Amino acid sequence: MADDIFVIAGTEFASRLILGTGGAPSMQVVDEVVVASQTSMCTVAMRRADAGTRGSIIDVLDQRGVRILPNTAGCRTAHEAVLTAQLAREALETDWVKLEVVADERTLLPDPIELLDAAERLVAQGFTVLPYTNDDPVLARRLQQVGCVAVMPLGSPIGTGLGIHNPHNIELIVSEAQVPVILDAGIGTASDAALAMELGCDAVLLASAVTRAQQPAMMAAAMASAVQAGRLARRAGRIPRRHHAQASSPIEGMAVL
Amino acid sequence: MQLIINGAIRTVEDALTLKRLLEDHLGATRGSAAAVDGEVVPRGDWQAYVLSDGQHIELLTAVQGG
Repeated sequence: MADDIFVIAGTEFASRLILGTGGAPSMQVVDEVVVASQTSMCTVAMRRADAGTRGSIIDVLDQRGVRILPNTAGCRTAHEAVLTAQLAREALETDWVKLEVVADERTLLPDPIELLDAAERLVAQGFTVLPYTNDDPVLARRLQQVGCVAVMPLGSPIGTGLGIHNPHNIELIVSEAQVPVILDAGIGTASDAALAMELGCDAVLLASAVTRAQQPAMMAAAMASAVQAGRLARRAGRIPRRHHAQASSPIEGMAVL
Repeated sequence: MQLIINGAIRTVEDALTLKRLLEDHLGATRGSAAAVDGEVVPRGDWQAYVLSDGQHIELLTAVQGG
């Protein structure tokens, strides 16, 4: 909407849905979900290149004109994450990075100590840092203090599709954030994305919910609608929850029967 | 000379530049980057960077993720 522009670090985005490309069964599906989601930014990972690698994800995203946000997925330490971000900067000629530093493979939860350390080092090196973080308001505050341009708390662990486990914490993070809050990870279906926006998040980042859906392009369109609906509902201001019923039809003027 | 590229020993021509290696290995450099002996080499230095025997090269490229 023209009066509701989404801005990260001075850059405007037409969509509040950021799409991860992981999990899609083919480049054709990536292309279809990018189009159906109407996203303006997609994430990619950095991995060892095999000789003969051709027809890359980059070609697909460049062709659709979406911004590419490299991540540091798989990194366990600040050292690894900083090196991976440096590689991504050279590879994609962007200083933007989705910073991920996870503690273990089973939970893929962010390691807060390594994450904050990496964020501080990357900001000092001129990176524009968007950290994937726990739904911890204090850590979100610390990440902003070291210069991150957004905070991206999880709804629930990556790939679980369990939705938003702690809506109260997400609201707390939103209520004191000085930078955009992007709900990242755990989205399972459209209502989860709508809830994220209703809680006040500025955007949603999701991958598996779309790329591993039975009909990826259809789910991408559903997510786009959900994010828009949730944003409108947030701006419109929901009615307060009440314990007892409140008639919407007038009490006065009832017929005496 | 020999280089260790992504963990595998490979024989390459002497005085190979990093830019040539990236182009030969990947066909294009958009989306790709390299670290030599644990240090990331800036894109602007690839042309002039002459590789030496025994160096450990990590060649990375952007893939679907996140």
